[in-house]
This record gives sequence, C-alpha cells and structure tokens, in this order.
Amino acid sequence: MKMFKKVLSLCLVAVLSLSVLTACGNNDSDVFKIGGIGPLSGGAAIYGIAVRNGAQIAVDEINAAGGINGVQIEFNMQDDEHDAEKAVNAYNSLKDWGMQILMGTVTSTPCVAVGVHSSADNLFQITPSASSANVVKDNDNIFQICFNDPNQGYGSAQYIGQIGVMGNDGSLVTNVAIIYDSSDVYSSGLYDTFIKEAANQPFNIVATEAFTESSNTDFSVQLQKAKDAGAQLIFLPLYYKEASLILAQAAAIDYNPVFFGGDGLDGILTVENFNTGLAEGVILLTPFIASSADAKTQAFVSEYERLHGEIPNQFAAGAYDAIYVIKAAIEHSGATHTMSVSELGDALKVAVTQISINGLTGENMTWLPTGEVNKAPKAMVIVNGIYVEL
Amino acid sequence: MDKIPKIWRDNLITYGMVIAIYAVMQILISFGLVSRLMQGLLVPLCIYVILAISLNLTVGILGELSLGHAGFMCLGAFAGAFFSKITVEAITFSPLRFFLAIVIGAVVAGFFGFLIGMPVLRFRGDYLAIVTLAFGEIIKNVINALFVGLDDRGFHFSLSDRASLGLYEDGEVIINGAQGIIGTPQDSNFTVGIVLVLLTLFIVQNLIRSRDGRAIMSIRDNLIASESIGIHVTKYKLMAFSISAALAGVAGVLYSHNLNNVVASPRAFGYNMSIMILVFVVLGGIGNIRGSMIAAVVLTLLPEMMRGLDRYRMLIYAIVLIVMMLFNWSPQILAWREQHSIKDLIGRVRGRSRV
Amino acid sequence: MSFINYVINGVSLGSIYAIIALGYTMVYGIARMLNFAHGDVIMVGAFTVFFGVSMQGFNPFVAVLLSIAVCITLGITIEFIAYRPLRGAASSLVVLITAIGVSYFLQNLALLIFGANPKSFTSMVPLNPIRLAGGQIVISGETIVTILSCLIIMISLTAFIKKTKPGQAMLAVSEDKGAAQLMGINVNGTITLTFAIGSGLAAVAGILLCSAYPSLSPYTGSMPGIKAFIAAVFGGIGSIPGALIGGILLGVIEILGRAYISSQLADVIVFMVLIFVLLVKPTGILGRKLQEKV
Repeated sequence: MKMFKKVLSLCLVAVLSLSVLTACGNNDSDVFKIGGIGPLSGGAAIYGIAVRNGAQIAVDEINAAGGINGVQIEFNMQDDEHDAEKAVNAYNSLKDWGMQILMGTVTSTPCVAVGVHSSADNLFQITPSASSANVVKDNDNIFQICFNDPNQGYGSAQYIGQIGVMGNDGSLVTNVAIIYDSSDVYSSGLYDTFIKEAANQPFNIVATEAFTESSNTDFSVQLQKAKDAGAQLIFLPLYYKEASLILAQAAAIDYNPVFFGGDGLDGILTVENFNTGLAEGVILLTPFIASSADAKTQAFVSEYERLHGEIPNQFAAGAYDAIYVIKAAIEHSGATHTMSVSELGDALKVAVTQISINGLTGENMTWLPTGEVNKAPKAMVIVNGIYVEL
Repeated sequence: MDKIPKIWRDNLITYGMVIAIYAVMQILISFGLVSRLMQGLLVPLCIYVILAISLNLTVGILGELSLGHAGFMCLGAFAGAFFSKITVEAITFSPLRFFLAIVIGAVVAGFFGFLIGMPVLRFRGDYLAIVTLAFGEIIKNVINALFVGLDDRGFHFSLSDRASLGLYEDGEVIINGAQGIIGTPQDSNFTVGIVLVLLTLFIVQNLIRSRDGRAIMSIRDNLIASESIGIHVTKYKLMAFSISAALAGVAGVLYSHNLNNVVASPRAFGYNMSIMILVFVVLGGIGNIRGSMIAAVVLTLLPEMMRGLDRYRMLIYAIVLIVMMLFNWSPQILAWREQHSIKDLIGRVRGRSRV
Repeated sequence: MSFINYVINGVSLGSIYAIIALGYTMVYGIARMLNFAHGDVIMVGAFTVFFGVSMQGFNPFVAVLLSIAVCITLGITIEFIAYRPLRGAASSLVVLITAIGVSYFLQNLALLIFGANPKSFTSMVPLNPIRLAGGQIVISGETIVTILSCLIIMISLTAFIKKTKPGQAMLAVSEDKGAAQLMGINVNGTITLTFAIGSGLAAVAGILLCSAYPSLSPYTGSMPGIKAFIAAVFGGIGSIPGALIGGILLGVIEILGRAYISSQLADVIVFMVLIFVLLVKPTGILGRKLQEKV
C-alpha cells in the first residue's frame, strides 16, 4: 500500500515535471503571437474576462480583414488570478508558447511584477487597464491605454474645484466626502492624489471613509458619516460593483448627494438587472461611452453583445484599442513577425510614440516615451440611463 | 546500511531527494531543456515546500490546527522586503543583504509566533483554527493599512493614509498601504531556495528526533498523560509554534525577493493561502514531511500544467483536489487499495508464474 | 441620533450573519465538521432565485421554493459524494480540506455558467422601510424580515431537535456516532437530514443576503460565509441561539468599530474582540464546556 502510494506520487511528480520540460519557442510560425494576461478566475475575473473578450473581437476583425501587413494574429490569454506570482507564471508560459508582444496585464500589482521580466526581455507590452503609475516606472517597454491613477485623482479634484459641480441642493458643491477601498491599489492610488490636489482647490473634504475587500457590502456607516458631515458630493474612486451597492444604500437612507467617480464606475449601467434610476446624475471621468453614436463604438458594442450577451465596459474597450495600437505600431515601424522579441520591442516602443490613434477610449491618443497615454478625459453625467457629455 | 537506524535512513532519503532534484534541474537547465515556465516555478516551489514543512511541524508534529500560517509568511515577507529596500544602497553585496533579510524575516515572524502563541495555544481543535485564522487576518489587514515613510527626520508611521505620514517632498514611502512595497531587489534564486529547503528540513527533522521533539509529539498523542509525567506543555507548544512561524517567515522573505513588489493581498497572504498550505499538509499525510513536500510540488504545478484547459482549469483543479482527498483518505478506498496494491499484484503474478 | 442609526445598521448586518451562522452551526453541531462550502451553497441559492425571477420571470414565491429545493438537493449530493466517503477517516481535517475543494468547485462552476459580472438582485422582500424620527432613522424591510426569519428558524430548529424523533436522533449522533448506531439510529440518514436542513437554510440566507446587499457574483458567498463562521464561533459553535446572538453582536461590533475607531481596521477590531471573547470564554458566549477526557 505504502509502496503504491510512493510510486504513484513519484510518477505524478515526474509526469508533471517532464511535461514542463522544453517546448522551445522558436518563431518560424507565420503569425504574430500576441499574449494576454489577466484575472480569468477569482474575484477580479470581471476585468480579465472583459479584456479577453474585447481583445478577441479586435483580433478576429483584424484577421478577417487580412491581418497586419498580411500576417495573421494569434492571441493567447492566460489567467493570473489577480496575483503577482501567478502573473509571472502566466508570462513565462506565454514565453514558452512564443509570445512576441504582450497585451496586459489587466491589474496593476501583477503588471508591476511582470514588468521586470518583460523589460529584461525587451518585449513590447501594452496594458489596457493597469493604471498604477508604478506600471510604467523604471522601464521603457511598457505602455498604458488607460489614464494612470494619479492623473485621474488629480483630474477629478481639478474638475470639482475648477469647473465646479452643481449639488442636488441647487448650490455649487463645497463639501466633499470620499469613500474608497483602502485595500485596493487602484482605489488608494486615486485617493492619494485626490487628497493631495484637494488641498489646492476651493472645496473642503468633510469626510474620508475607507472600506476593505473583506467588508465591501455594507456602506451604511460611511454614508451616514458623509450625510452627517453635510457632504454634497461623494467622490468614489472605485469599481462599479461596490458603487452599485453604495448608490442603493444611499437611496435607502434618503441621502441624495452628487456621486463623482473615475473610470472604474464605467459599467454601472450594464450591471444586469440594476435599477439605473439609482445612477441618475452620477458623474464619471470615463474614456469609453458604450452608448456613443460613433460608428466604431456601435459596431464594437453590438458585436460584443452578440457574442457575450452583455454590454462591454471600458476594460473590454481598452483591450480592443490595445490590439489596434499594436497593429498601428507594427505597420508604422514596418516590423515583421520574423523579428526577434527584442528587435520587435525596439521597433515598437519607438513607433508607438510616433502614432496617433482614434480608438474607442479616446480620440487622437498619443504616447509619451515614459509609457503614459496622452488623451483628453471626458466628464460624463448619467441622464435618463445614458451618458451625456458635460 | 543496516546499521543506520530507520528514521535516519528515512531522513537521508528526503535530503537525497531534494539534492537529486536540484542536480537534475541544474543539469537540464544548463542544456537548455527546461521550459521558461518551469524555471520560473522553481523558486515558488521552494517557497511552498518550506511552507508545507513548517506547517507540518504545527499540524502534524504538534497536532494543532493552524489557519493563520500565511500571516507569518506575510510578516516575514514584509520585514525582509522592508530591510532590503532601506539597505539596498548601503549593502551592495547582495548575498549578505539577502542573508540578513532572511534572518530578520525569520526573527520577526518567529517573535510574533511566540507572542501570538502564548494566548492562542490554550485553545484546541476548531477553536484554535478560528483564533489562528483571526490572527492571520489581523496581520494581513494591519499591514494593508500600514504606511511607513522615510525622510531626513527619520521614519514616519501611519495606519490611515499616505498623506498623514507628513513626509518632506524628498521623502520616500517604503510601505505604501495597499500598494505595498515596490522595488525589492530580486535576490531569490533556485540555489538559495534549495539551501533554505534543506535548512528547513534539517531543523524540523532534527527537532523531531530530539528529546524536545519527542516531548512535542507526546503532547500531540496525549496531552494529559504528557502533562502528568512532568512535560512542560506550554513551553513545548510555544517552541514548535514559534519555529514553525519563523520558517514561514523565511518562506515569506523568499517570496518577497522573488517578485519586485509585495502586497498584502488576500490572494497572497489571506486565509485562502493558509488553507492552501494546510491542503499540502493534509494531502501529503499529516505528520509526513516528505509527503507534504510532494503534495506542495504537485498542487503548485498542477494548475500551471492545466493552463491549456483555459476556462475549465480551476473547475477541474477543484475536482482533482476532491478526488485526491478521497483517494488518499477515504477508509473504503484505502481498504480497496490495500487489496489491489502493486506489491500484492506482483506477488500474485509471481505466484501464478510458479504454478 | 447617529449612534442609534449605527446600532440599527449593525443589527441589520448582524441579522444577515446570524441567518448564515444558523446553517453553519447546525451542520457543525451534528456532523462536527466545518463546512467551508456553506457560503457557496448560499451563492447557489441566490443565483437560483436570480435565474428564476430575473431571467425566467417566475413568481418570486415559486422561485424561493425552487431555490430551497435546489440547495437541499445540492447539500445532500455534496454530503454523499464528498463528505460521506471520508467519515471515519484518520483525521477530522480531511473533510475540512474536501469542503474547500467543494467550495472552489461551486465558485468556478457558477463562474462558467453565469460569468463574472455582478448581477443586481431584486429584493424578495415586499416590505417598505419603516421611518422613525422624521425620516432620520430608517429600518429597512429586509432587516425586519431577516430578524423575524432568524427567530422563526431558531425556534423551529430548537423545537425540532427537542421534540421530534429525527431531532433526537440528531442530538444522539452529535454526542456519539458509535453509540447512536448501536441504539439503532441511522447515522448516515441523520447526517444527510442535517445537511438537507442546513442547505435549505443556506438558500433562505442567500436570498436574504442578496435582498439586503443586492450584488450577486460567484464569490458573493465566500466572505459572508467566513464572517458567519466567526459569528457561529462567537456565539458558541453548535449552539442555535448562540448563532443568533453571535451574528448580531458581530454585526454591531463591526459597524460601531468602523464608525468610531477606524474604517480601515474594522475587521481587525472584529477579530480582536473575537479573540478576547474566546480568551475569557473559550467555547463562545453560549457554548457548552467540553469535558476533557483522558
């Protein structure tokens, strides 16, 4: 019996280890191999799955239209479970597959961990949504499609202070409260710069309330405090899942401030079965408008709905743009799929700073050599269940 | 060979296995035969093996259930990374810096193991499980809310946000709350990992064989009886628990120096991670050091090998986990395996051939 | 005024913990196992109602009954496939680990079927909120229904265990499986019944959880499941009134801690109080003291 167990376990180890031995990634295939990394399982899977779906639509479109300079794209998205270590594993497994360009990762902490390896390989990497400033720090091969967190926090404080927001009581907002997720990189990143810039702006912060990932369903205390402090506006640097609960709970205690958020709020109108009346008057700085009349957006949204039965959020749109940015950069540089990873990296990281893209998430997007994107944030307000530009 | 006591021989086999795997891997790597994924997994494998061995000391040898092991790993990871981050310019000889980081990680985790162990080890069974889970979550949550900055005036601490540190413009935030520590030097490598695995094995196996170890196991087997023959129960419980915590701290240092950023996320240091380590121990056979090492390797490799299954990956992983548990532990299946074991089969075949 | 509001909020949150904890404690009390998959059965219950009402347009009442039936079937199946073969295994830890496997399984199955996007759950509680002190204090209909359900479940469970034959059998099994078997009690059947009841309660808990906090995803059950487990230990695991008291106390402590000490460290405070309570009273508030035998 003991023997059996021993033999069995040793065999298992041997098989597992052997199966990882060599799968030499030589690129004599006749396609561009683009990898993707993001959370496809676990609590953050919403974002990763959206990115996979959005990118796949772009890849299929490009392939159907004849590929990039006549070369088809092969896209392979791997799960990182929103964990840095798993993301590095996913990166290595994609390298074994022969990845030449990386579209990812979706979230910031894994992106920073993967960045060390991709910059050592000089592999061109573009992330649709990892928005921490650290993602593009200390490397020259990583670019972002999204605004970074400091810019969003700064932009939000500027907007409220300079352009001004009319409160629901009919007067200009001067009292602001913040509810943020102190256990989340995105949320605390926005919060940090918002607070810093708010000191220079003509409004007061009357309440700052945090919550954590392990208590992200009940917001009664945070809302009660904001209400007691007389906040006319609540800044919500967080994702739409929590925001949908906050809106419902505020309505339940008859509290009616203006809600103001970053791009994380995008998607709130598409939460299945959500009472969109609750989101009436919510202001958000978002680059992507699913209801826009723009033909490209309409085509993308209807294709996404056809395939996945739901309206895409900004993660999906960012991923769609990322694939097109890769295409444009390859075409601009004249790079070919037979180049080595490092040659491609050298060519693309220069090319991407020379192109300008009209995408779903921004018009005339350009990139700085640091990796940051240059595009105009759009402030939107939700009226009658759709975004209206402010 | 017969002169060596069985337990020694058993230990030697374990050391031999680790060294053999190391040698084989190194040879394969030098011939370029190992995939990049596998090379990247070598350090994580060492980390999980150390965690499995160290938790086995608490669960298998001391016989107490702990669901907070990831908390000690978290302490070690942050203590080590913090040290490396502030001394990265002062100590340029990276092996020395990493050695000191490991020592610091182990001491900090061991110290907290001792502190927490004092009140906690009075509990037994499921109550101990919940209390250790609580402490693990406390550690993770506090580190997640911890801000430490450094400027000309020295260190600044805060438990609320970055702004309240009151740093000068040129100050540097070292631990940035939920954003953790970014920019730890990547000092971990397979050789160091294997050395630490061997060290962990050496400590745990020697402890088991020593007088102290026998006292610890007597507590597991019968607390009241061992108390009645004058064994200082609290002392030995604390000893096993703190050593186990310190070793988890070592694994943590290895973890935080394998990635360039460390974040006290639930995925990396939450109760789910503690449970995962417990799965290694239970699947490998509680108290069976070598078994838990193998289980750690198998269960770490498994989801990576199944990447091809795409969206069914984690679902199948869950099924495999359940089936392995049933296969290894169910009394009926064990009985069935007893009847159909390989030895038996070989015996039967031999018997038949004689006829 | 805000203090009263905080306490009310705490009680509403706590009542949700309590109703989950009732199922937890019931299973633990009889089968002596920590069923970590309980939180995920809750999620399945909520998804069933969501599927019925929002996707298929069933009558809410029918959907609730369907959800209870689905969860009971699921509970019995899980017990039969994953837990029963391990009864009599060398260590009680084994079944705990298998429960975790089941939990992963349910989460990932729901992920495959329903996707990761959160769904907004339509409240199954037709009651309007009660407003006091000129609208300064609001008590939601969900809170009232949850507390009433907790009380009804608590009373009927206690009566069931004390007054009926299967209930007595449960008590006997929880005391000593071997002896119960010798007395002619069908141990396996009794444990199956326990899982059936526990899972039925999980369905009710899931529906009330998602009515109060209407965001539903494959991971909805896991955190409340852990919190409810803590609540059950708090009140004395295995004790049915203890689960109610533990749940409500946990909710109130969490809310007050968040309001008056730190919103970032609310969970730390909860855990500290838990540890403190257990240090003073090692088997929880209403837990029975276990005699240590040589």
